[in-house]
Amino acid sequence: MNQLAIDLGAVLAAAAPLIFATMGALLSERSGVINLSLDGTIMLGAMGGFTVALVTNNVPLGFGAAALIGAAIALILCILSLTLGQSQTAVGFVLALLGIELSSFLGAPVVRVPGPSVPFLPIPLLADLPIVGVIFFRHNLLIYLSFLLVPFIWWMLFHTRVGLTVRALGERPAAAFARGVPVTRMRYLMCILGGALVGIAGAAYSLDLRQGWSYRHTFGMGWIALAIVIFGGWRPWRVAFGCYLFAALEIVALRSQRTMAGVPTQVFQVAPFVLMILVLALVNLVSSPQALRRIASLPPTLRGPVGMLVARLAVAAPAALGQRFERP
Amino acid sequence: MEANYVAVEQVGNVGLLDRNVSSFWDVMEIAVTNLTKTFGSLRANDGLSLRFASGKIHGVLGENGAGKSTLMKLVSGFLQPDAGQLAFDGQPVRLRGPGDALQAGVGMVHQDPLDVPGFTALENLLCAAPRRAFPSRAMARTTLTTMAQRLGFTLAPDTPVGAMTVGQRQQLEIVRLLACGARTLILDEPTTGITAAQAQALFEALRQLAADGNTVLFVSHKLDEVAALCDTVSVLRTGQLVGEQLPMPQPQQRLLELMFGERIVKTSGQALLLAGVTVDEPPGVPVVQPGQDERSSEASLTTPLVWQLEQVTAREGMVRLRNVDLRIPQGRVIGLAGLDGSGQQILLRLLAGRLHPDSGRILVNGVDMTRTRTRAYREAGIEYLPADRMRDGIVGALSLTDHFALLQPTGLTVDRQVAVQAAREAIAAYEIKATPITPLIALSGGNQQRAMLALVPDACRGLACEQPTRGLDVASAQGIWQRLQARCATGCSVVFASADLDELLAYSDEILVFFAGEMSAPLPRATLTGARLAELIGGVGFERSAS
Repeated sequence: MNQLAIDLGAVLAAAAPLIFATMGALLSERSGVINLSLDGTIMLGAMGGFTVALVTNNVPLGFGAAALIGAAIALILCILSLTLGQSQTAVGFVLALLGIELSSFLGAPVVRVPGPSVPFLPIPLLADLPIVGVIFFRHNLLIYLSFLLVPFIWWMLFHTRVGLTVRALGERPAAAFARGVPVTRMRYLMCILGGALVGIAGAAYSLDLRQGWSYRHTFGMGWIALAIVIFGGWRPWRVAFGCYLFAALEIVALRSQRTMAGVPTQVFQVAPFVLMILVLALVNLVSSPQALRRIASLPPTLRGPVGMLVARLAVAAPAALGQRFERP
Repeated sequence: MEANYVAVEQVGNVGLLDRNVSSFWDVMEIAVTNLTKTFGSLRANDGLSLRFASGKIHGVLGENGAGKSTLMKLVSGFLQPDAGQLAFDGQPVRLRGPGDALQAGVGMVHQDPLDVPGFTALENLLCAAPRRAFPSRAMARTTLTTMAQRLGFTLAPDTPVGAMTVGQRQQLEIVRLLACGARTLILDEPTTGITAAQAQALFEALRQLAADGNTVLFVSHKLDEVAALCDTVSVLRTGQLVGEQLPMPQPQQRLLELMFGERIVKTSGQALLLAGVTVDEPPGVPVVQPGQDERSSEASLTTPLVWQLEQVTAREGMVRLRNVDLRIPQGRVIGLAGLDGSGQQILLRLLAGRLHPDSGRILVNGVDMTRTRTRAYREAGIEYLPADRMRDGIVGALSLTDHFALLQPTGLTVDRQVAVQAAREAIAAYEIKATPITPLIALSGGNQQRAMLALVPDACRGLACEQPTRGLDVASAQGIWQRLQARCATGCSVVFASADLDELLAYSDEILVFFAGEMSAPLPRATLTGARLAELIGGVGFERSAS
């Protein structure tokens, strides 16, 4: 029982960087800007954050630097795509590749150098609670912030006026424009804020979960974050669930590696990604027109519940995602 | 009483905001001086000077491309003028965007209302609205229900906009603009795509708003509506003002002359029909005598059938068409009437082979084609012209030559010479204003539609068209129909769906009325009037065909 609680706690902690990255991507994509540079941003954020924290011996400063790096990359994306009208996909992809290579090049001096990390911070009293304390309250400040980030983003998007405007930008920018919203400026803001969160996700790896820096330290995490946002249907809670699911798969893979020694380790490294793809494909299959037609031909007793389940699973992307808005 | 009460309350509201009640009654006079807007080489608005007094409903008439929408978008801040002045209440204004215009009290309802489909009605109301309009969600809910009630609208706060009809979305926009402080409402072709009942509700609401001291600018190309609703009318033609603030009523003939120039009115009554004027006996259309019609249906026993449907049942989305029996002989024009989504689209798609029936048989030229692929239908000479040209009909980025090249039999290479030749011939024969290499997206709607028609091969035996003249002006629509009728003369049958009753009555030999997935028996045109057809579409006295 206690082992399970420890494992659950580990899952929550392992998902923290993904939470930051996906919430950042979510913010940006909800406003209609698709930031494909995530993988590069996380990598540069990890490298930059670690280096700054190492040189200044100040962990918060490291996070600040990582946030700035993420914001700067998002700014470049915005200038090239929103202002200069280039394809968001192409620019984002190139920035991702650039970020990955640049982090390898610039981060060479700090490879495998021991450095500072986020201090452990159990919450007094709460941490001593049985089970709950082990799962939720024996982490560090970063993990606690990741817990708070999801409800905050959800509240912001769905319960504030700003959130309503942001969602309108992603759904139909022309309607936002008609309401007097400065569309491009708001998109800049959301994309840059989102980028800063993604940068922080990078530092969350290098200063906490996978402490230190090495060649391609966080490779692949940006892409998985992008996939989780899609899988989560651009809804904060479901996206968070996707992050925790992925973290759990990673931990299961790690444990199985020990118990099933005959299986090559690569299988376990790759398994979470494969499982993610399977889940994604399943969700999309279920919500395809053919599947809907098949559901319509089910007996009435089954049609209701199945239809509802599918309707909940099938979520359309923000309608204007990746599209440039030009004022008339 | 009701109107009175509303007026008092409105003054109260505005008084709270402005503390300037006296100016409220004569505010929102809108004046434009020498307003000019060009798009490329096109002068959409050419030195317009015009004044709209407050508290009235002003009609703005003109055919497609006359510059009505451009003028309205300039007034509501969507577009910025290239030259000229805009003044509200005698104060020159410079609008940087629609937000500025709304702040100054001018709001526009677009033809396709600019709302967010994923939001509920309430969220749409709240989205980016000034805080003083709705201090809280609860108050927005109250405002929505009370204003909707007052204006006679049927709006529920929690309905998603995606599930609303165009009419309801319009109503929501009107409520939103008024709540955000608009005292001048601009409506761009508001009656396109809404039901007759919704149009009536809209007109009532607009009259009420004008009575309360608001200004309404009503843009339309339908004379009947303008005559029924407006206090004054201004007419635009090719970007210029040809009739300024004429007091209504005006003789229809005069308005038509202003709209179209002298050319069309003298030559054809179909302009009248398409402009929505009810004419007892359309002069341009030969009146079919009942006897004549019987003769033609007798003839249909001997003329070969293009389509024959036997007990066909099909479903698409939520609509289901049941047990349809239909025989369409060569050379006929069959009109499909009914509200959008009553089943006429299903029939068209069945006829074109785009949709397979759940049961029953479809025969084309006497051959059973029930389960064959779309391609076989095309090989049998059946063509389909979809309503949404740019989405389903043509490839915008490709030229007419490219389209003809696409039609060439499959092979490794394309014969450019032949394609260019075919494009040249089509351009000449169909009077398409384009070169063989112009991308089709650069053409106007009428030219695109003619291009689409030109791509239909001469060997075509049956043509299923969805709204063949949607969005076209009168001259273009007439041109399209001339081509279609020419094809009929060679034995091709045309089945078309249209929302325009006058078009249906003007061109169909027989009309099939659809109501909630039921299809009527073929009704000869001579037995129908516009009023009767409107009733049938609304389900009054509707009888499904005996099968």
